[in-house]
Amino acid sequence: MPDILLELRSEEIPARMQRKAAGDLRKMVTDGLVEAGLIYEAAREYWTPRRLVLDVRGLTARSKDVREERKGPSTKAPDQAIQGFLRSAGLTDIAQAEIQTDPKKGDFYVARVVKPGRAAEEIIAALLPEVIRTFPWPKSMRWGAASGPKGLRYGKTEGRGGEALRWVRPLQSIVCTFGPETEEPVVVDFAVDGIRSGNTTYGHRFHAPEAISVRRFDDYVAKLEAAKVIIDAERRKEIILSDAKNLAFANGLDLVEDEGLLEEVSGLVEWPVVLMGEFDEAFLAIPAEVIRLTIRANQKCFVTAPLSPLEGEMSAKPTEGVTSEGTAKRTSSTAEATPSAAFGATSPSRGEGRLAPRFLLTANIEARDGGREIAHGNGKVVRARLSDALYFWKTDQADLPDLDKLEASAEKFGLKRDAVGKLLPLDQRMARLDHLGVTFHAKLGTQGERVERIARLAEELAPTVALAFSPLAGEMAGRPEGVPSEGTTGTSSTAGTTPPGRFAATLPSRGREASSTAGTPPSVASGDISPEIGALARRAALLAKADLTTEVVGEFPELQGAMGRKYALLQGENPSVAAAIEEHYKPQGPSDRVPTDPVSIAVALADKLDTLVGFWAIDEKPTGSKDPYALRRAALGVIRIAVENQVRLRLFPHFQSLWIFHLLNERSDQRKIIKDHLLTLEHMSPSVRFARLKEFIDSLPRSRRNPHSDDALPDLLSFFHDRLKVYLRDQGARHDLIDAVLASRAPLSPLAGEMSAKPTEGVTSGGTAKGTSSTAEATPTAAFGGTSPARGEGASANDDLLTIVRRVEALGSFLDSEDGKNLLAGTKRAANILAAEEKKGTAIAAIVDPALFREDAEKALFAAVNQAEREAGEAIRQEDFSAAMRALAALRAPVDSFFDKVLVNDEDVAVRANRLALLARIRAATGQVADFSRIAG
Amino acid sequence: MSASLPDHMHPSRSFQGLILTLHNYWAAYGCVVLQPYDMEVGAGTFHPATTLRALGPKRWNAAYVQPSRRPKDGRYGENPNRLQHYYQYQVILKPNPPDLQKLYLGSLEAIGVDPLLHDIRFVEDDWESPTLGAWGLGWECWCDGMEVSQFTYFQQVCGIECAPVSGELTYGLERLAMYVQGVDNVYDLNFNGRDGDEKVTYGDVFLQAEQEYSRHNFEHADTAMLLRHFDDAEKECQALLKAGAPLSPLEGEMAAKRPEGVTSEGTSRTSSTAVATPPDQPSAGHPPLKGEGSHRMVFPAYDQAIKASHVFNLLDARGVISVTERQSYIFRVRELAKQCGLAFLKTEAGGFAPNNAPNNTDAYKNHPLFGKF
Repeated sequence: MPDILLELRSEEIPARMQRKAAGDLRKMVTDGLVEAGLIYEAAREYWTPRRLVLDVRGLTARSKDVREERKGPSTKAPDQAIQGFLRSAGLTDIAQAEIQTDPKKGDFYVARVVKPGRAAEEIIAALLPEVIRTFPWPKSMRWGAASGPKGLRYGKTEGRGGEALRWVRPLQSIVCTFGPETEEPVVVDFAVDGIRSGNTTYGHRFHAPEAISVRRFDDYVAKLEAAKVIIDAERRKEIILSDAKNLAFANGLDLVEDEGLLEEVSGLVEWPVVLMGEFDEAFLAIPAEVIRLTIRANQKCFVTAPLSPLEGEMSAKPTEGVTSEGTAKRTSSTAEATPSAAFGATSPSRGEGRLAPRFLLTANIEARDGGREIAHGNGKVVRARLSDALYFWKTDQADLPDLDKLEASAEKFGLKRDAVGKLLPLDQRMARLDHLGVTFHAKLGTQGERVERIARLAEELAPTVALAFSPLAGEMAGRPEGVPSEGTTGTSSTAGTTPPGRFAATLPSRGREASSTAGTPPSVASGDISPEIGALARRAALLAKADLTTEVVGEFPELQGAMGRKYALLQGENPSVAAAIEEHYKPQGPSDRVPTDPVSIAVALADKLDTLVGFWAIDEKPTGSKDPYALRRAALGVIRIAVENQVRLRLFPHFQSLWIFHLLNERSDQRKIIKDHLLTLEHMSPSVRFARLKEFIDSLPRSRRNPHSDDALPDLLSFFHDRLKVYLRDQGARHDLIDAVLASRAPLSPLAGEMSAKPTEGVTSGGTAKGTSSTAEATPTAAFGGTSPARGEGASANDDLLTIVRRVEALGSFLDSEDGKNLLAGTKRAANILAAEEKKGTAIAAIVDPALFREDAEKALFAAVNQAEREAGEAIRQEDFSAAMRALAALRAPVDSFFDKVLVNDEDVAVRANRLALLARIRAATGQVADFSRIAG
Repeated sequence: MSASLPDHMHPSRSFQGLILTLHNYWAAYGCVVLQPYDMEVGAGTFHPATTLRALGPKRWNAAYVQPSRRPKDGRYGENPNRLQHYYQYQVILKPNPPDLQKLYLGSLEAIGVDPLLHDIRFVEDDWESPTLGAWGLGWECWCDGMEVSQFTYFQQVCGIECAPVSGELTYGLERLAMYVQGVDNVYDLNFNGRDGDEKVTYGDVFLQAEQEYSRHNFEHADTAMLLRHFDDAEKECQALLKAGAPLSPLEGEMAAKRPEGVTSEGTSRTSSTAVATPPDQPSAGHPPLKGEGSHRMVFPAYDQAIKASHVFNLLDARGVISVTERQSYIFRVRELAKQCGLAFLKTEAGGFAPNNAPNNTDAYKNHPLFGKF
């Protein structure tokens, strides 16, 4: 069976496009062959910077004849119709058609057409020009005389105007041969834009410039290899990698591997020759990561490290970018906040992460002098680049030239100064970020305004975060923020451990984390941690974006955060502050590490929440596959940080306060009006202020009203719920349980429950603890007051992610138990009966009247319901969901016996109404935990 | 070619020898060897011999040295690799010949770069000039890891599709010279190839100027004046485009005699669009004329676009342009360049033929902006 050899030789194809292009070529050609009725045994693609190659084996030599029957018009049809039929069927005379009879339609013509099979060669010749013309390059171009206006000649070539061939770079030649192994293959003859297929190609540009005549794939590969071209990219990669390793090892060094760079470099050469160059040891004062990126980005060279037992630690993982290093040090980052491995270069004595002043380059020729000139030349360029990098690194630590202009910004943010009153270097950069008025987003104001919001929120969140990390965390884990700890005494034994839910294993329990508290900075471990954590979080947030104006980050944006951390340590910031500057960007994705230091957590949460509320406020939400601001990732980040660190966090109040601050950033005429009004509300608590402000804004004439809508906030919360569902589902939780919990009758937070019960009081008794009263007050009911009570309880109440998760866990394990299954069935039965009766309009008593009980089972159930409801409610208030489930479990027997022995549909209307009321109580009691009707099974 | 030069003028010994060798090489190929454009520009591409001549269907092969100014790159003469004033060697071939890569490699060999001793590579680099509304695909050309040239197939210039495509080669002369002379500091380059007392270095010629211009660019350039100059240049460019627009009654009459189909109805609006009035509003004064004719003042107008671009670069170096303003300045220069480019298509050099000869600008007829100038 014949084979095809196809080579499309062009000028240098960008390295990043080669692999996909070769794959596209295989798919397009083989799909086209199959569609044309041919069958092939195997196809494989190859590529170099200058060619795409396809090797198709075992193709059928012809496509099969296709017979088809084509129905024509009635024999009585007018001549015009018959002529049309003849043309379409390819007949010359109607006598060539058969006549068939149909009982309904009468006689009509039928043509039996045989479409003869085509020779594979003919099919290929027709297919390839089409493939070449429609090839999906990410970016393509026109070139040469053919790109001239149509009809205009330049020498021998005629302009083709808009029809000129587009290719990634000029296409130079096409090799296309076809034939069985046993015979001499033939050239499949076709032409695209004047480029005619043939069997001639060229080898290495410099080593073998002569024309090469090829026959089929086997001799093609051999002849090209003799002409110093290796067409298999995987082989080139292997050669580069092993030569680089060996060369490094021979010099007592380790190659710092970099798969992305290897892939790129293999796409830049047809004949790889690895050489070693060197640079001045003095450059090792630059952070290793900066050196690596400088040499990688500009020179496409690998860096090396001294041989060490730590082999492999430095290895770059480009896919994870700057987040890669330090992954192994999950806990130490909190404990010591040492510079991560990659940055060890500043303290060379440490040894880890240190680079060697040698690099490895991959040349494309076997130079006459063994590569001395090439290595020397590359070394010169590397040195020049590293001089720049060193200059950037030093400049970033020096004073800015426009220091005198930064005073106003420095004052505004309360930035830090040294002993003689000069701003610290990173503080200068923050002042400059503000001073320059760098835009974050056209509608969301400047970076300076953004930092202001994040700093305020980070400070506000810090006490809440710190609670999860306090020495009492074990006990506190069960506490909602702001609830006095003495309330836990009764339940502390159970509250401390996470219920053994089905995905408990994947969620770190506080108990397991507790060991890390021992190693946390003293500030965190000490008793009254909140004020200091707040100050640290504020400080970290103020510096979090400062490195955006540094020279190094300007050069390598992927080092944002990492450089800020470096510079912060250099100016003596608290290690937690420095770590937070880097970690507040985390987690960058589902597999990225979640920050575990309380300061990092507070800033990371503040940064993400600010972004989310901002984009929701201007109605730039993700739609479908579009999420240009990575808002889904931000929400998932908030969820992972809260859940995996066991941080109890009510989201809604923070949405509200951020929303207010976004209003104030709005550059519009309303800003002043709103700001003035807000001044009059200053003495009030944030939630009341929010409600009043909203009233005020609503009262503005429509034209003046801010386009920002606070309706966005409940919508943002349901976005969080959706993300949480995705997250929990990925963890193995049942989505119906999540829905059931989110729809539960009782608000998830006991505070919200109390609040809605006593809306007039305004402040709960529990809210006084630890300066968290502001958040405790800011319940949705209070905030939205009378404006939309319906919304207040449902959507916005479920805003504590950790509680939702715990509840889902508890519900899951309860439903796995025998009691749970039966109670579910009983509750569902009760709910179904109620639903049916409600539909019929049957009277249902408002409250249960014990006087109307006739059966013992009724009485027993009533007593059980009262007790279960009370106990479950109390347990929920204590956040002890297992206890709540146990309380409900006690209902199982009475419910079963009720349905066994009692007929709900009593003749006495009053008795029936009373029994229905009793059923409603079952629904209400279980509804505190979850809406059982949403649970499957 | 370089053989015809005396030994001390060999590119490995003399900066000017490098230039002369390239001149010889490209002159031998048939390029028009031009002298530098007499205005401050940021790159050789700004020379009208590239920007404007890349448009239209006519053949055009030219080579020249262009002093280029990048005020922001000034380092007070202290950086061995960075200059605010440097030379580019520019070659433009329209349409690009099919063997342009080979020709380029030939020029490297002419200046003494042996491709079996040095690693020459074509590394992806998509070129774009936001101020010129231009882009193309091509490469950075590397010699032993150093970028010594840019190689671009122009796809669009002044916002107009190139038909045919030009090949543009830009050699960074100082870098190349440092390479072939084996010098680490640009100021140490031997300029004239002589030794001892007779030797003149690049530093002798330019160091003082680098120091002075760095002071000027970063500290002393009068920003208020420059802001005025920018506005003036912008206005002047538009005024010249308007004044040179094909509007004379005679041309109008001549054009009116030609068949409807070949005229472009937009010509009469030219003046009004130039000053940015709505295109549908007929211009005041004489009744609108049907017809077409050559534009008569493209080059002077384009000079003003160049001027605006350089003034913008100076303002940028002085740090008085905020991030948001930057975009709008770039946009304003691009608009000028676009208008000049479209006007150029209405000139003979741009391929415009009043009698609708086949050699005309049909290729641009479908351009959304065609006919506005």
